[in-house]
This record gives sequence, C-alpha cells and structure tokens, in this order.
Amino acid sequence: MALTDDEVQKLEQKAEAIRETIITMLVAAGSGHTAGPLGTADIFAAFYFYILKHDPANPDWDERDRLILSNGHIVPVRYAAMAHAGYFPVEECLTLRKFGSRLQGHPERLRLPGLETTSGPLGEGLSQAAGIAYALRMDGKKNQVYVVMGDGEQDEGQVWEAAMWAGKERLANLTAVIDRNNIQIDGYTEDVMPLESLRAKYEAFNWHVLEANGHDLRAFVAAVEEAKAIYEKPVVIIAHTIPGKGVPEIEFDYHWHGKPPTKEEGKRFLKELRTLGGKLPHEYA
Amino acid sequence: MTHPDAKLSEKVFADDVERLPTRDGFGKGAIEAGKADENVVVLCADLTESTRAEWFEKEFPERFVEVGIAEQHMAALAAGMAAAGKVPFITSYAAFNPGRNYEQIRTTVALNEANVKVCGMHAGVSVGPDGATHQMLEDIGLMRMLPGMTVIAPGDAEEARKAVVAAAQHTGPVYLRFGRSATPVFTTPDTPFAIGKALLLWESEHPQVALLSTGALSHAAIKAARALAAEGVEALVLHTPTVKPLDEEAVRASAERVRLVVTVEEHQAAGGFGSAVAEFLASAHPLPIVRLGVDDRFGQSGDPDELLAQYGLDAPHIQERVHEALAAL
Repeated sequence: MALTDDEVQKLEQKAEAIRETIITMLVAAGSGHTAGPLGTADIFAAFYFYILKHDPANPDWDERDRLILSNGHIVPVRYAAMAHAGYFPVEECLTLRKFGSRLQGHPERLRLPGLETTSGPLGEGLSQAAGIAYALRMDGKKNQVYVVMGDGEQDEGQVWEAAMWAGKERLANLTAVIDRNNIQIDGYTEDVMPLESLRAKYEAFNWHVLEANGHDLRAFVAAVEEAKAIYEKPVVIIAHTIPGKGVPEIEFDYHWHGKPPTKEEGKRFLKELRTLGGKLPHEYA
Repeated sequence: MTHPDAKLSEKVFADDVERLPTRDGFGKGAIEAGKADENVVVLCADLTESTRAEWFEKEFPERFVEVGIAEQHMAALAAGMAAAGKVPFITSYAAFNPGRNYEQIRTTVALNEANVKVCGMHAGVSVGPDGATHQMLEDIGLMRMLPGMTVIAPGDAEEARKAVVAAAQHTGPVYLRFGRSATPVFTTPDTPFAIGKALLLWESEHPQVALLSTGALSHAAIKAARALAAEGVEALVLHTPTVKPLDEEAVRASAERVRLVVTVEEHQAAGGFGSAVAEFLASAHPLPIVRLGVDDRFGQSGDPDELLAQYGLDAPHIQERVHEALAAL
C-alpha cells in the first residue's frame, strides 16, 4: 500500500529531525562519521516510524521485527532515530562517544536496549541477520529481519559467504538494504574496489534484487513492502543514496565519510538543512 | 598413586587402555546436549565427518546447519542464532575455528556475550600427517585472552562428552578444544567434571613437583609421575581441563606443596595454559615454573606419537625435564 501524502510528509519531518540530531551529536562528540548517517536518515526514518513492528517501551518484545545495523560506523543515524522514536531522551544523543555513554562509537548491544547486535567490524551483519532469520524460521515465528549494510563493506569476503548461504537457505524473512552511496573512506567505491554490477552479483547468489531511491520515502517503503511479498528468496534492496544528504556543501564528497563537522561547520550545516526555501530534503533533491 | 576421588580407569596404565579421539566425545556429548535442550544446534563448515558433527546431524537433522567452507560466516551466523534463543555449537578444525574467524568470535560472540560454543577440532601437533597448517597451537592463547570466554581442553573422550554437556548448560561463550588422534580414555563416567574445576589425578605424600596439565597430555603427565615415583621423585598431577576460568584454589594448593611446578600442554609454550598458570602463581605463590609446550615453532607432518616425542611432550620427555629442573633448583 502506497504511503499517503500525509504519511510521506510526516516521515520527511522525522528524517529532518534525525539529520539535525546527527549533526548536533557529531559536533558534540568531536569524532565520528557524517556522510553515511546523513545519507541514511530517510531510510531510518522509514524503518522506525513506518516499517518496523516495534515498541520503544519494550525493546525486547518477542514479536518485534529485527533491524540489524551491519556497518556500525553509521550508528549516529540509528541512535538519532531511536531517540526520536522514544527509546531514550534525544538529549542523550549528546553523550555519543563519551566516557560512560550507552551510545558507544560503534554500537554495542549489551549497552543499549534496542540494538540487536554489536557491530563495527565490517561484513558481519548479514551473517548475524541470517542467523536470527534462520532461528526465527526454525521456531515458526513470523518476525521480519532487516539488515542495513554499507556498499563499501561489500568488499568483505564474509558478505558473500553469508549471501551464498542465505540464498541456499531461501531466507525469505530476511531483507537486506545496501546503502549504495558510492563512497568509502579511501574514495569512490568504483575506484577503491569496483562493485558493479551489484545487482547481478546478488542475483547470481540467488537473491531477489530491488533498487530504490533511498531518499524517496514512498519508493523505499514500496520496495520493503514488495520484499515482504517475495516468499522464495531473500531480498536485497539496493538503496541509492547521496552521502551527506541534506547538507549541499558536503553531498557526494567522500572526504566526509569518516569525520565530524567542527562547531562552525555544524552551525552552517544546520542552517543549510533548515534553509532549503522551506522545502524538505526530498523535495529539494 | 592415582587419586581415588578421580575414579580413573583401571586400565589407566595398561597397554590395552581404550583409545578414542576427544572429538568422539564431542559427537556423543552433542547428542546428549541436543536431547536435553531442543535449542541446541550444531553448525559445521564442510567437515561434518571428521569433527563428528555428523553424529548430531544423524540424530537431529533439522537442528544441524551446514554452512559450507565459511568459518567467518559460521561464527557470526551462530551469534545471530544465539540472539534468537538457540545454543549453537560451531565446529571445524581449530586452525580455522578460531584460527580463521578470530575477529568474528571477538566481536559477535565475546563482546556481544553470545551464547555460542566454539569447538576447535584437530588441535595440536598430534593431528599428525596433515602438517603445520592444520596443527593449531595458538588457540588456547587466542581464546583465553577474550573477556568472558570460558576455555576447556578435555583430557579424553569421556571428559570431552561431559564438557560438551556442561558447555550447553553454561550460559555464555565457551571454547572447547579437541584432538584428532585416538588417545587413552583414562577417566570414567564416575570421574567428576565441572567447568572451572581441576582434578588431582596423581597424589604423593611429600611431592617435590606438581605437574599441571591440560588436554590429552594429562595422560602423559600421570605416566611421567608414575615413572618419577619409581625413581624416588614424588610428584602430583593436577589435570586442569578448564584453562579459563583457572581453578586458582586448586592451582595454589598444589603449588604450596611443592618446590617446582611444571606445566604440560599441546600448545605453544607461550600464551597458553602454562602462561595462565605462571601469570597466576607469579603473584599468588611465586616459585620456579617450567612450561612444557611447543617452543615457538610450528608443527610438521609425521605420526602423532613421533611428533609428540619430537616436540618433547611425551611421558619420557616430561620425566627428563622434571629431573633437569629439580637438579637446577
């Protein structure tokens, strides 16, 4: 079922709030990744405010869908989305990466309720998601399992071990989302280690492949809905995103993969986010 | 004399003592654990027969998972299954599991406190003809450094069976180490086993030396102790299947009765069981310690017994090293 205009607008506002929080928390942390979190704000807004069956007051709820974050370095987007969804106060985001914080630089399941795994070292999330999906299926449970991966981490051999296995096991309750923003730390993915054709690779591993604009909430949600209707295979949604999305001066620039804004940059970025002629990022694009 | 509480096999020193590989104990124990708990699952990376995962597969085909030759995936997959309530045992050769997938175990199992049991078969030089690539000698070190990881090297197939059952009942990550070649079954079903507990196998009234051993070499240690007794050197043997958490009380009690501690293990002499003992005793009860293991070398092809002799880990070599060390005191 397609999103209504009201639903789209509501999700865009959530994505906007998530982006503001990301910038604010990264400035406060003084380290961390900027491009990936901003680029996936729409996807995480869609998950936490539309797609996921979850209960922020009861993070361990048995019936919840599982959202696994594989490329743990973009976790500020997840923390921001969780905070806005009510898992913890938004102010706690300012503790990101600080001593004693539940919001570790890379996410740790045991520290923060609502995280499904501990991640950061790349290429491990698809395996863990596959394990969760397989175990749930063994028990006859209907929960959906989602995993968000980066495109750079597709370089890791383990991703393809997991892809081969999930294809073999026809894990239809598993949907992977690849943040296809074409950058990694050392440069553009196609320069560092060409990934294309990503679609053909996953198809060859017996996956059903969908592609969507990762900033078009209606299109992304539609892809997730379509994925639920595929019963024979695991599904991967290649979500095309713009790294740094929402802050025009850093969009597409791989140099922003792994550094935070300074205080001054943060002020400017927030202004850029808020002065799009009253338009939301999706409309601006 | 053998300690009565250990309830050892009557044939402990006999030539016709039963010999089984400790991996057989895994096979039996996994089935027992599977019967006791329907959440127990076994994963294997294309080594189903030689790891004895096959025994579980035959009994519980729906709870056996073949992952192909993909040990890294296997570890993280198991962490995911544990997150959904399963009790996964992941099996392969120790050179690959935990050798190949150390970081996956570190992050997705240990740091994540996932209830995964890592089973490394074919550990040590006694793998034999396969040679150095397949003779894992660093696994105890790798695993015991991980916070929260329990590390067990059973002494024989019967104890291995008990260790697998105990690991399934224990909540949290466990590393279990097994060997390829058939070794003496010196314990019996009545021999006590508990995670974290060491066991006195050989006792003397006025021991000069304590042999602290782990894994199948504990049999060589008691043989050495008996030979030493015949030569007038009294010893005691503390079999320590759980390397971590170390049974500190038993290790200290043994050390306090002797002038010399000799540790015995089929592992690098650095970083493994002997190091764990030395680290503890250095502050708890300092005394001379000799660590017997593989001395900063890799293994090689050969027959298991030939290799153990070559690397100084059979009973005659242990005996010889005890004499040397006592003479040097």
